[in-house]
This record gives sequence, structure tokens and C-alpha cells, in this order.
Amino acid sequence: MTRYRQKHYLPWVDRHKQGALFTRGMHLDWPLLAGLLLLAAIGLVVLYSASGQDLEHIWRQIIRLGLAFGVMVGVAHIPPHQLERWTPWLFGAGIIMLLAVEIVGDISKGAQRWLDLGFVRFQPSEIMKVAVPMMVAWYLAESRLPPSLKTTAVAAALIFAPVGLIAMQPDLGTSLLVCTAGIFVVLLSGISWRFIGTVALLGACAAPLMWFFGMHDYQRQRVLTFIDPETDPLGTGYHIIQSMIAIGSGGLYGKGWLNGTQSQLDFIPERSTDFIFAVFAEEFGFFGIVLLLAVYLFIILRGLYIANQAQNSFTRLLAGSLTITFFVYLAVNIGMVSGLLPVVGVPLPLISYGGTSMITLMTGFGILMSIQTHRKLVTT
Amino acid sequence: MPQLDLKDHIRETHLFTNRTIVALVGIILVILIIITRMVYLQVIGHEHYSALSQNNRVGIVPLPPIRGQIHDRNGILLAQNQPSFSLEIVAEQVKNMDLLITQLAELVEVSDRDIDRFKEQLHQQRRFQPATLRFRLNETEVARLAVNRHRFPGVEVQARLVRHYPQAALAAHAIGYVGRISEKDMGEIDVANYAATTHIGKQGIEKSYEKVLHGTVGYQRVETNAFGRMVRVLDRIEPIPGKNIVLTLDVELQRVAREAMGEEAGAVVAINPKNGEVLTLVSTGDFDPNLFINGIDRKSYKELQESPSRPLFNRALQGQYPPGSTFKPFVALAGQELGAVDANHTIFCRGWYSLKGSSHRYRDWKKDGHGPTDLKKAVTESCDVYFYELAQALGVDRLHDYLIQFGFGKSTGIDIAGEASGILPSTRWKRKTYNKPWYLGETLITGIGQGFTLTTPLQLAVTTATLANGGQYHQPHLLKQIADTQTKLLPFVPEHPSTTIKKVNERHWKAVIDGMINVVHGDRGTARRIAHDQPYQIGGKTGTAQVASIKQGAKYNEEMTPKHLRDHALFVAFAPADNPTIAIAVIVENGGHGGSVAAPVAGAVIDHYLLGAAPAP
Repeated sequence: MTRYRQKHYLPWVDRHKQGALFTRGMHLDWPLLAGLLLLAAIGLVVLYSASGQDLEHIWRQIIRLGLAFGVMVGVAHIPPHQLERWTPWLFGAGIIMLLAVEIVGDISKGAQRWLDLGFVRFQPSEIMKVAVPMMVAWYLAESRLPPSLKTTAVAAALIFAPVGLIAMQPDLGTSLLVCTAGIFVVLLSGISWRFIGTVALLGACAAPLMWFFGMHDYQRQRVLTFIDPETDPLGTGYHIIQSMIAIGSGGLYGKGWLNGTQSQLDFIPERSTDFIFAVFAEEFGFFGIVLLLAVYLFIILRGLYIANQAQNSFTRLLAGSLTITFFVYLAVNIGMVSGLLPVVGVPLPLISYGGTSMITLMTGFGILMSIQTHRKLVTT
Repeated sequence: MPQLDLKDHIRETHLFTNRTIVALVGIILVILIIITRMVYLQVIGHEHYSALSQNNRVGIVPLPPIRGQIHDRNGILLAQNQPSFSLEIVAEQVKNMDLLITQLAELVEVSDRDIDRFKEQLHQQRRFQPATLRFRLNETEVARLAVNRHRFPGVEVQARLVRHYPQAALAAHAIGYVGRISEKDMGEIDVANYAATTHIGKQGIEKSYEKVLHGTVGYQRVETNAFGRMVRVLDRIEPIPGKNIVLTLDVELQRVAREAMGEEAGAVVAINPKNGEVLTLVSTGDFDPNLFINGIDRKSYKELQESPSRPLFNRALQGQYPPGSTFKPFVALAGQELGAVDANHTIFCRGWYSLKGSSHRYRDWKKDGHGPTDLKKAVTESCDVYFYELAQALGVDRLHDYLIQFGFGKSTGIDIAGEASGILPSTRWKRKTYNKPWYLGETLITGIGQGFTLTTPLQLAVTTATLANGGQYHQPHLLKQIADTQTKLLPFVPEHPSTTIKKVNERHWKAVIDGMINVVHGDRGTARRIAHDQPYQIGGKTGTAQVASIKQGAKYNEEMTPKHLRDHALFVAFAPADNPTIAIAVIVENGGHGGSVAAPVAGAVIDHYLLGAAPAP
């Protein structure tokens, strides 16, 4: 079986000998790296404006970016089979930490999300953003694809156990993202459309139950505010309204860098973190947004390409899921800032100010690079 | 098996590629949705959101005009604006006021009176307007507050122009004072014009010339951030400062009058008979108007209210006193002009007078009588019997109709508020007021300025001025001119035109004037003590007004009671007698006899005015 696989893939290796020249020594995917660096650079420019021209912010963000890119490079050098071997352990450790958070977690903003290990505080739910798709991909790759109903059910359990724990913290945003990451693995694995349709229908029926029994008050408030921000223009709706004013007043060409009145005069809430897209939209306008989306799309296309080039089910599913999840971050963030989605705390990937999620994100890209650059090693 | 594996593998790859394509299509769809949303917000809704963003950031901030200064006739500053740092608190932004005050008291000195006044101000304040806890912070205090500002939301150190009265109590009753705009004031002003103004004239000149002094509000369009803090000014329309005004008052003369009054309660009003300019307007006891600017604390206010000298009471305008003998020259003039008596007509005064068929004796102040008395002597020596007779001959209504021309019994129309009108009785007046008939006996005592007749010190000064000026009546006024611009001066325009009393015979007037000159310069004049070798003659008349009862609101005080029972001392005068440029009325409450107490005050003022120095002792 192994032999066949190698034979089958021999022509691929030949075709990519030129590419191998670039990546020899360093396990980096240069197109992906270029896209990410471009995005990080754009991010710093916007952050300079959003932070009120605070160089302190910029330096901290540069240090974070350096750390995140470092993590990415590190992860990129771990061969995929190694990652595959660690997957159950990582997932298990994640589950234990989530349970630990439930028990001893610090109170942070009224929700238990942080785990304090004495020397470092971090959110175990962040690990799950990577660990869940890895675990589901690992599990599904064990058996033949498309997965059987039983396999799918187990995969669902693997997804919803951590998602449930995270939702209990409560951290609706992260739990949804973790859930999305897991579900995309299942979807990419090729389960039948009929099955997908049935589950979607059941989900739609379950939504009202979620509303009444599964949500905290503040979560319901967010959804209500999303539906009609005007009901509370000075409270929760204020964020959305001010953000939409910022985007709309930007127009086609934007007000110019550092000239966004909504941004510079503090009307946009959380303007250097979750709502940084509004700052970008106000200052760079519609054309700026199109260019930004083009950069994101380039990264996503490259990610999907890597997934398609991947040599086994685990890497394929994982790469695909990580790429789509990256897009989901982007879409959810822009959706919430522009009033299309309720406000859930999802940062704009690589542009928002902040550390934890960026490291998670770059870990994902490290995995993608590892998958892409270790292919030839399998053949040698 | 291997074949199957390979087949499976190819199938898996195909399946995955299919799914990737579906995902890609989904991604592109979502991107299209996002782009559509952006088109909706940024292209279609652009104008709408631009307007909203503009409204967000641009605020209109009113700019207060600088209040006009007040000067005396010689350019001495009476009211000005001083820059001052004050500690202001917007109560609506403070959770625990007592705690805040305690914390602030650790940084700056805050007295109990400050706190009391501050709380008082909070009660009367418009909402979301800052109330001031401390005024006139020194530099150290300003610095300390600046460092700790972040600890105290709602607390601001403001540099403001604060009204200041450098002469303090000296002309308080004339200038009045400004105070915080109250809810009540809001109903009476153009609110837009006062958008940035914190104080408004409450009393005196400050109140009556509020419109002139205030100016016109300016505006600036400013960019504000989400917290309402000003970021920068976009454009501004400058406020038009209030106009400076010049008063007719002579502060130095005022000071002379005030000092001459000493500790006595009373009033001094001096007028230029030629034009009605008020030269001095003293009412004692007095108060420091600076206390009122930012709201007075309850304790200080109580002290002022309960003081036996009633410092807040403007005696010059509101005090109504029987004119006593100061009324006699007017009666003497009326008698002649109306043909009831001739200057040479002589009566015999035996010390009392009684009506036919009545045993009641109307006594003269001089128990043994003045003997044969003509008009001049009657004025000079203040013979009561002469005026009993004259009044009887005239009748009260004729007296009333003649004297009202001088300004008795009606408001003078002076340009500050609160003036009392006094009373000039007549039969009709008594019928109207008491619904009772007039008795002849009442006519007699009206003739000597007692009974129903009441005058204010201002009225006495005005009537004396009219008499001294040969019947020319000018509305008294405190405003001399308004400085419209740096160079252009607008003079005072009286509301009531000047009038002239029709003279029957110049001699009648001269006889009265001569009698009044003798009051000061004659051997037997009742005010001869103020005559010295001054190069001009003074015409005057003393008066003594009986105190009918202890005043309302006065506390019983053993030490004070004898004094309370004493008569009010009055004196009216004008000088130089041949061409008067000053007419004056002095009242010393419970002062005793006019000649000994009130006349010296008038003498000091006249001497200062005409000689430019204090009189030789």
C-alpha cells in the first residue's frame, strides 16, 4: 500500500523539483509567506492609525507578529506525520485544560476563559481552534472516506465535546469557530449532501431551543441588538451603529490614512482590536477594502491549493479546514463590523491588535507550510 | 486489495477536490456578499453615513461674551472681570458627592462655607451645569488638581472671568451685583444669547443695564470626540463683548459720604440739579457684593439678614421716611405760589396751635414759641405753628397737587429697580387707601411733614434739586454714558423728559431759598454748625422724623432700644445757593436732630464736591 502510494505520487515530485529549490533548507511556502507578510504590514499601517498614532502599540504588535511568525516557522519544520502522531495527545490535553478552566479558571470579564499556569495565562479554547480540526482529520483519515454514519457520529462527538465546554465558559464566538473548524473537516471528507441537508434542517429546528435554553442573557442581547441596533443606540447597539457610520462615511476612496474622524475621535469602539476593519474602511474606502479582500483571497486560494496538493487524507482535510476556518474568521469579523452578523468577539486575522488568536492563526499556517513543504520528503 | 486502495485513493482525492471547489464557490459567494454590503454602505449609503459622521464629530460650542466694565464718572473701576481658576463639579457625573468632596479636600482647601455654598448652588442649578466648589485656586492647588484629575470624573479646573467689585461695599446698593443664572432668570432672558453665560445682573446697575453689559454670544464649531471632549476648533464667530458703562457716581464723593455716616444706619443721596446725575448713593449698613457673585453661603446670608442695621436694605431707594421739617420749604413755596400766604405775612407763634372749637394743641418743637414769625424765619427756625396755619389755609389737596410736581409721592424713575414711591397724601388718596374721610388735623401735621407723608432719601434729593434749580425737574439717573465702541460714547437718554414747574413769581422762590440759606448761614439757623468760611452759600433744611414704632423684624435688644426710639435725623441741602450744582439728602436713622447729625454729613459731601477736599474741622 505504501509502495503504491509512493509510485502514484512520483510524477508530482518531479513536477515540483523547481519549487523545491526555493524551499530547500527552510520549510516555508513562499507565496503564503508573502501574502501573510503583506497582510501583517497592512495591519501595522492601520493599527498605527487606529491606536491614535501610538508607537508603543506598534512595537508590541511587531513583537507579537515576530513571535507568531516564529511559531509558524517552527511548526512548519515539524513533518506532518509527526503532527499526526501528536494529534490525539494535543486534543486530550486541550480537553483536560478546558475542564480545568471550568473548575479553577480565573474570572475574566465575567467569563471563565483563562487558565493561569503560574508563569503564563492562556486560553485553552485557542488551542482547540487547531486541535479540533486536527483531531477530526486524524480520526476520519483512519478509515475509508467518505465516512460512514458511525464514523461521522464519532467525529461529531469529537467536535461537540470541546465546543460544549467552550460554550459553557461562556465564549460563544470561539466555540462557534472551533465548531466551524471541525465541521469543515467533516464536510471536506465527503459526507453526502443529503446528510448535510438533513443535519442543517435539524439545526434550524434546534435554533429556537438554543435561544431559550442554551444562551446567556448577554448572548441573547447581542443577537437582539444585531437584529435591530437602533433599539439601544447608546448601549450595545452603539458599537454597530458607529462602526457602520465609519464604513459608510468612508465612501469609495476613504477619508485618507489618519483622517478618519470616526476612528480618530474614538467613536469606533474597540477600534484597534475587533473593530479595526471599520477604521480601515473609513480611511481607505471601498477600493481599499477590495484590495484587502484580494490579499485575503490570495492567501485562501494558496491554502486551498496546498490542501489539494496534500498527500494523504489527514493533511488534506486539515489543510482545507484550516484555510476555510481562516476565511470564516475574516467573514465573521467583517460581517459583524458591517452589521451583517451579531457582535461576537472575532478579531480580523493578522490585522487586529492582540496576541493569542494571532499565534493560533500562525500555528495553522505553519501546519499548512509543513504540509506543503514536506511532501517530497515522503517520496525520498 | 491494492487496486481497491488505489481506486479509493483516487476517489478520495476527487471527492476532496470537488468539496474544495464547492468551498471555493462558497467563499467567493461570501466575498461577493461582503462586497455588496460595502457597496450598500459606502456607495449607496455614503451620503447618509457621511452626514451622521459629520454630526457625530462637529459640535457647536457657545462662547460667552466678556461682560462690560462699570466705571464711575472719573473713570475709576467699579466692576471688572478677573481671571480666576475655579474647581467645578458636574454633579450628574459624580456617584458619591460626599466622598468626592472629602477626597478633594485633601488636595485643596475646602471650608465648610464652601461646601455649604456649593450644595446650595447645586439645588438651584440647571442640570448638567457645573457647580463651583472652590474659587480663586492658587497655582499649587491648580497643579495638584491637574495631577489627580484622572481620579475624579466630573471634576474640572476652569479658568473663568469672574466679576469683581474693587470698591467692595462702597457702592454696593447702586452697582448691585451679578449672580448665577437661576431657573427663574431663564424665563426672562433670550436663552440662546445666554448659552455660554453663567452669571446675570441681579441687582442695581448690573440688573438694569444687563442687556448693555452682557454683549452677544459667539459660537465655535468644534470637533469633539466620542466623549464630548473638544479636539479642535473648525471655525468661530467671535462673541461681541458687552459695552462698558460710565456711571454718574463719583466714587470719591461716595467715600466721603460713607465715611461721614460712620456706623450710623441711613442714606445719603446727592444729585446734580442741572441734569439729574446721581453723584452719590449711599445706604448704610452695606455689604460686599463680591459675596453674592457665586452664591452666598447660608451662614453669611443669615448674618446679613439678621444684622440690626439691615445691610441688604437699600435705604436710599426703598427706605420711606416722614420728611419732617425738610418738607416745610416746599409747603412755604406752595403757600406763596398758590396765594395762600405772602412772604411778609407774620404770625405770632406761642408754642402751639389749635383748631377752632377744639382743645387739642398742636405743639411747636420750641415749647415757648418763636414769637412773631414771617415766612423766612419760619423756614430758618423751622416754626411748626407757621406751617400748621399755612397748611390749614392751603388745604391738603391743593398742597398735594402743587407738590406732586416736585416729585413727591411718585417714583423718580431712577434707572435701578426697587424704588419705593413714597406717599403724598390727599383726601382722595385717603379715601382710596383707607376708605376714610380726611380730617383737618391731618392737614396740619402734613404741613410739617408728619402724618401720612413718606419720602425716600432719593425723593428728598430730587425734590430738593428741583426746588434749588428753580423748578426744573430732571429724572435722576446713575448712567452717564455707554461706551459703544472705543471712541463712541452714547449719553444717557432719560425716559421721562425734563419738566419745568410754572412759576407765579420769582420772589416766592427766592424767599424760600433765602430762608434755607439762613438755615445754614443765619445766626439762628438750625444747621449753622456746618457753616464755615466756605466760598459759597449752602441752602438747607433740617428735619426730624418721629419713629412711630419699632421697625418690623428688628430684634428686641436692650442696649439698642433707646436708640431705636430716637427720631430719624434728616437734612436736605443744595449748593452753591445762587447756582446749585449739588443737591443732597441725608437721613440718619434714629440719629436724633437733623442739624446735629445729618447736616454735618451733607456739609462734608458738599465741601468735598465743591472744594475737592474735606472741610476744615
